[in-house]
Order: sequence, then C-alpha cells, then structure tokens
Amino acid sequence: MSARLTRDNVAKVADLARLNLSEAELERYTEQLGAVLDHAEDVASLDLDGVPPTAHPLPLVNVLRDDVVVEGVDRDEVLSQAPSVEDRRFRVPAILGEEP
Amino acid sequence: MTLTYEPIEGEHFVVVSETTGDSWEIVVGLEVHCELATTTKLFCGCPNMFGDEPNTNVCPVCLGLPGSLPVLNHNVVELAMRLGRALHCSVEPSVFARKNYFYPDMPKDYQVSQFDQPINVDGWLDLPDGTRVGIERAHIEEDTGKNTHAGGSGRIHGADYSLVDYNRAGVPLVEIVGRPHIRHPEQAKTYIDELRAILLTTGASDAKMEEGSLRVDANVSVRRVGDTELGTRCEVKNLNSLRSLGRAIEYEARRQVDLLETGERIKQETRHWDEGAGRTRAGRSKEEAEDYRYFQEPDLVPLAPSAEWIAAIDAAMPPLPAARRDALALAAGVAVTETSVVIAVQRDLDQLALATIAAGGDGKRVLTHVEHNLSGEGAVDLNPATFAQLVTLELGGQLTATQAKTVLAEMVTSGRAPDVIAAELGFEAMDSSELEGIVDGLIAESPEEWADFCTGDDKKRGKLQGFFTGKIMKATKGQADGKAVAAILESRRAASL
Repeated sequence: MSARLTRDNVAKVADLARLNLSEAELERYTEQLGAVLDHAEDVASLDLDGVPPTAHPLPLVNVLRDDVVVEGVDRDEVLSQAPSVEDRRFRVPAILGEEP
Repeated sequence: MTLTYEPIEGEHFVVVSETTGDSWEIVVGLEVHCELATTTKLFCGCPNMFGDEPNTNVCPVCLGLPGSLPVLNHNVVELAMRLGRALHCSVEPSVFARKNYFYPDMPKDYQVSQFDQPINVDGWLDLPDGTRVGIERAHIEEDTGKNTHAGGSGRIHGADYSLVDYNRAGVPLVEIVGRPHIRHPEQAKTYIDELRAILLTTGASDAKMEEGSLRVDANVSVRRVGDTELGTRCEVKNLNSLRSLGRAIEYEARRQVDLLETGERIKQETRHWDEGAGRTRAGRSKEEAEDYRYFQEPDLVPLAPSAEWIAAIDAAMPPLPAARRDALALAAGVAVTETSVVIAVQRDLDQLALATIAAGGDGKRVLTHVEHNLSGEGAVDLNPATFAQLVTLELGGQLTATQAKTVLAEMVTSGRAPDVIAAELGFEAMDSSELEGIVDGLIAESPEEWADFCTGDDKKRGKLQGFFTGKIMKATKGQADGKAVAAILESRRAASL
C-alpha cells in the first residue's frame, strides 16, 4: 500500500464528495487508490526531463464554436424531470455553510 | 475607534489610530468577476441574457446532464484576450480545470475555471492618480446559477429551502485578480472605475455592478507603517456598490487595527459585508473552503491563441482611458491627474475637448465647462468650433462665467451659435462704472448689513458677501460678473475702514 495515502485521506475525500463509506469500504478504497498512486510513483521515477506535460490525450488545441444561439430545451420539459419545483425554479434542500 | 487618513510619501495613505496614535497602512487587493458581453454562454449555445424568465436559457450542457459535452465559445476567447491585452497582460497557452464543490448553483457539482495555467498573466492597470496596480492574472471561468433562499429568515442560514434558476449557469466570466497594491478605500473605488472604463472601451463587458455583471471581492489586511511583510488578510464579499466597497474596506481596516492593538491575531477568513449594519461578519474559514480538488477538465482541449490572433487584437485596440487622459492633459496644458481630465474621459467628452482646443478654445476653460457644465445628454454632439467661440467670448470679458454657462446649456439644446444666443438673452458686457453705481446704490439701501460686512469676522463677512452678491445679481438679472462684484465690494470695504 502506498505510503502517500492514509485511511484518513480517503475519509476526507469521501466526505468532500458526499460519499458515506463503511469501515470496510474505507479500507478497500485506501488500498485500491493507493495502488493507483503507486503507479503514478512509477511514472515519477522515470527521467522525464524535456517531456512536456500532457494536457489532453488528443493532440488538439483551440476547439472553438461560433458565438451563435442554439435552441435549448423546453422549460416545462426540464422542470418536469426535477424532483421538486416551485415558481418555475428547481427547489433544493436548505444549504448550510456550503457556499463556495 | 476612529481612523484618520494622512497622505505620506509616494501617494500612499496611512491610518492613524486614535487609541494609540500608531500609524498603520491598509493593504488591499481586489478580485473582480465580470460577465463577458457575448451572445451565448461559455460552453453552449444558450443565450447570455440578464433578466429573462427563470430557466428559459438552459440546455443539457449548462444543466450538467449526462453525456453532454462543452465546446468553447470563440468570442469568449476574443473578449478575454482583449481585456487581458488592455491590462498589459501576456496571453499564455492555457487549460481549463474543474473546481469541485457541492452547492446547487452549479448542476454539474463543479465549476469550469482556469487554475494553474490561466490565459492572461502579469499585467497592470494605471490609476489616474499615477499608481500602478499589478494584475496577477485574468482567467476565464463560468458563472453559477442564481439561488433564492426561501422560508426562514430569507438569508442563507436559516433558509428552509432554495429555488434555483440556471439561466446564469455557464455565462462566461473573466476573473481579474489584482495584486495588493491599493492603499486607500478611495483608491479601491478608483481602480474599479478605471477597470470598468477599460471593460466598456474594449467591449468585453457591460460592467454593471447593479446587475451583477461586475462583482468585487476585497482582500484587506493592515500592517504597521514600515513593515514590509503583508499582514493576514480577510476576503470581504457581498460588495454590491462602490459605496459598499469603500465602507467595507474602511470598516475592515478599523476592525483589524483594533484586534492587533489589543494583542489579538487576525484569522484568515471570508467575511460578508452587511450594508445595513455597516459591518463585516465572518463566513466560513478559508481552510475548509479551499479544498476544491482542482483537476484538468478532460472534456476540453488546451487553448493556445496564435501570435497572429494576439497581434490582431493589439492592432484593433481602441485608445484606453489612460492614454486618452494623457493626450487631453497634454493638449490642455494641465496635469494628467486633474479631476477635469479624468471626468472628461469618463464622460466620453475628451474628443470634443480636444477638437475645441484645436479650434482655438482655451484648454483650461474648456475643461472647466466639461467638468461642471456638460454632464447632461447631447453634450457630445456640441460643435467644437462654436464651443471654442463661446470660450473665447468668455475669456474676452463679453460674457461672465454664469452667462457662459447659460449660453452653453442653450447651445447643447439648440445647436446655435453662442453670439446669437447671448444677444437673444440680452447678455451684454456690463460697463464697469454702471456696475459700480448699482453696487453703491445697494450698499446705501442696507447700511446695517454693510457695517457688519465691513467690521464682522470672516464667517459673518462671508455670509454678508453672499447677501450683497445676491442682491446685485438680482438687480442686474444675473449679468454682473461675480469676480467684478467681489472686487468692487472689497474695494468699498477697504475704503470704509
């Protein structure tokens, strides 16, 4: 298991992602995510001087569209899919201390 | 505690604590979000429109529906670069990143922004007072939806639930991060004024604070004068007007000086300005808030504007406010920091002023009119030749300052020549002996007031000067020259002593 990742790290990330993990899941994910980081360590051990970082697997830049309006979706159809609606808006639970 | 502001060397200001007499320096860095004036959103073809019916400008991309993919708006890049170049930034290859957080204003549960590789870096903005404020970066990101908190108190805390409108979600923003080079609340307001002028000049944004298309957060700290290290800062949010910005900075500086002088520490945190109460309140602590787990947005490829594109933007750059002030000040023969120069450019009257000066109008007199008498509509359409003619009549003594003001207002409305208007209004230069006769007559009518004027203290004399001037203006139907009246009164007073 990676020395970089602790069970507490995983618990914190799970908390930030609003995932409620059991003790067994925490153990398992710590091990699995550790293996991923170990693999990244393998890459870090290579001599990569002069190799530019990869921003995207496709060798593309500047994929742009024109600033032209495209028809969106119908409001009634959108709102009909929502669990709760009020006054033509999505109704969501109270928000406590989570403003970015 | 009260703080008094004193200018010190280098145009900086210090605040002096009345409790201890110690001198402190306020250090402010501003973060400005502005909505770009595009037709559509950042990553989808939904209209970028303020004030539409809730949830009418939405699509699978800005609603974060599975399987939808973002495509970058060409015009966003164009406007962001225009702004960046106007702020003297270098345009760099950039990438987009996901800023992850759970809050229902973003249906994707992340906001697409630029993090470690922003498009514009390392620029500056020159204030009219000569201060150069560094710009760390100006990056592209998407705006969030609009929450309305319902039930409870109506505020975030205590709300029972929220209603969300996603029309604004995905609207393109540029966040302009200024360096902590601002030293005074008024300077912060000037910075925003100047930035707004640049946004309007470049067409990047309509920059309306009241509609939220320009939003300001202030990082405020204080330090003892002479200290070179920055103090611990607080980020003040919810600043909805320039007035709020100035008040919040002043309040926050006072709060921090008070804490430090009583031996306490400043806690780095986000604070919200409460305009009604005139104070800031603590929000969440910064440490928790900043765990956004940024990573590169895999659905977007890097942005690398070509040298040709950047050169085209530079070539098409309109004259910016600082350059316009320089040109006007030079032509008028006044300092570039003169209020009238700043106002002329703010009101878009600098071209008129330049043309009027070129047509022979006295620079200082032209600027005085622009500053005090040309705030209304239609001023920009004045004919420079006739404006110059008016100024010449005034300087030649054919019109008093008051009469010139009246004639000018009529010129703006009717577009007619100043001499014609002056003749119609019966404005003729008053013969000085005629004026003296009127003044002497009025003095004789009010012997008690005159005696008080001659012997009273400054305050009394000032008041009675107004009394006599008012009478004289009334008697001459406003045709007397205020300066000549003052001179006659003073000579009569000196003679009576």
